[in-house]
Amino acid sequence: MALNAQTGKTFDALLSANGDRLVDRWTERVAQTLRGRLTETELRRQILELHSALRAAVGEGTFDLPSEGSAELRALLGELSRERARRGFSPSETAISVFALKDALIEVFDFGDGDAEALRELIAFTQVIDQLGLYTFETYARAREELISGQGEQLLELSTPVVKLWAGVVAVPLVGTLDSARAQVVMEKLLQSLVDTESTYAIIDITGVPAVDTQVAQHILKTVVAARLMGAECVISGIRPQIAQTIVALGIEFGDITTKASLADALVHAMRANGVDIVRRTPREES
Amino acid sequence: MTTVSERGGAPVERTELREILLIAADEDVVHVRQLVRKAAVAAKLSLVDQTKLVTAASELARNTLAYGGGGQVTVEVVDDGRRVGVRAEFVDEGPGIPDIGRAMSDGYTTGGGLGLGLGGARRLVDEFELDTKVSLGTRVTVTKWAR
Amino acid sequence: MDRVPILKIGDVLLVSIQVDLEDKTAIQLQEDVADRIVASGAHGVIIDITGLDIVDSFVGRMLSSIAAISRVLGADTVVVGMRPAVAITLVELGLSLEGIQTALNVERGMRILAEARQGPRLHRDERGSTAEAAAPR
Repeated sequence: MALNAQTGKTFDALLSANGDRLVDRWTERVAQTLRGRLTETELRRQILELHSALRAAVGEGTFDLPSEGSAELRALLGELSRERARRGFSPSETAISVFALKDALIEVFDFGDGDAEALRELIAFTQVIDQLGLYTFETYARAREELISGQGEQLLELSTPVVKLWAGVVAVPLVGTLDSARAQVVMEKLLQSLVDTESTYAIIDITGVPAVDTQVAQHILKTVVAARLMGAECVISGIRPQIAQTIVALGIEFGDITTKASLADALVHAMRANGVDIVRRTPREES
Repeated sequence: MTTVSERGGAPVERTELREILLIAADEDVVHVRQLVRKAAVAAKLSLVDQTKLVTAASELARNTLAYGGGGQVTVEVVDDGRRVGVRAEFVDEGPGIPDIGRAMSDGYTTGGGLGLGLGGARRLVDEFELDTKVSLGTRVTVTKWAR
Repeated sequence: MDRVPILKIGDVLLVSIQVDLEDKTAIQLQEDVADRIVASGAHGVIIDITGLDIVDSFVGRMLSSIAAISRVLGADTVVVGMRPAVAITLVELGLSLEGIQTALNVERGMRILAEARQGPRLHRDERGSTAEAAAPR
């Protein structure tokens, strides 16, 4: 939606003639909704910047938001929306930063004797503001999406901790559903930790995994083979009865991979293979 | 013409990184690996995906040399609007592959290798396309997308 | 053409591959290792591939044949330092390097070779296979 050069000039004149009052009212309206979560000074600075960028954009001939002449205005709106999204402001609270200009504008607009020309102008101005609002909203939504996908990745990292249990023994306790993407992340992290901690044993504990399908089983098997290529052995522990049944039903060959009932058994196995014997120092008291 | 294709065919936008290399001698295989690595880094592929793609390219470059009598590779960074990836196209004017099914299966070889070239390369990439005409030549196109 | 240097430490040959291997270099290395085993009477070969950012089927085949040739000449081979990304790729490629011993680093590789010379000892085996074979699962 473009604004022709003539209407643009009128808009610019209106924005400049009532500059201070517009900015005051605009800031006031936004401040009401934000309830102190942004300082008055900060808000005023943002509004002032928007005001002058808008003037620059509409004053230079034909106005069109996607055009070259509106680059600075777009940048400002984008920055404002992203900042609001990151600080947890709601969509309405973000959009009001733009739409409050409408309220302020109507207060200073000269309706004349209600002639058609003045109304047409006002409609054109509000359409421009709507356009700015939509742009803000789109940027806001995009910023939120980025935020969410970033958190998803962080969650993936957090949900697959690789822990060192003993010198030369690392373990990854898997909890929750294993999809292919997560299985791949686990595999890479586990193998890297073998290098970092110089471990010759890796325990993959699947006590917390409710179900295993062919693809996930394949990922685990590949991890075991890859670890062997690097000079380390994997032990799989915590296979639940239902999962054992699934594995057999699916016809998945675990071959010569060591499996243990519990993480504790797997640790004892790995330590023993590393040359560590576990001896109880005092005889157990009969109770 | 016989074609083997996997999820190929989506229109993609080509970006500025596009290079062509001749594969005529032993040392060119090393150059192909270096070029593919450069493109994979530019497309921001993960380290594991870079390694997979470079390994696949190495297998295919050696195939081009050993069975196709040499040829060329075009390596480019591509963008399909949703994701960025690397595409490598190996072309030779050699004898072609008479039996694709057998050539794709592991263990098949006519060049004294392990016979993992084509089938192995296919497992390492996201998209794999093979066009071959007996006595006219072979074109293998592989693509790997950034996750 | 580059040649991969072969170092001798005690009765072990250490081959550290630091460059992207050309096929010719790989074939030359195979010959060089065989010659050095015979000339030095070494009992073990360690091939350090920490510096390799890819191992394709050609290099994989070279590693297997060095191990096989060394075996014939009375020396054990251990491949050490394979990077995780390389290992994942080899598995996907379908190359399992059958018959090759592996270790995380040179130090552990040396230990495997030393233990192999002394004969298998229960509970001290690096990979655990000997200790496990004796005990029922």
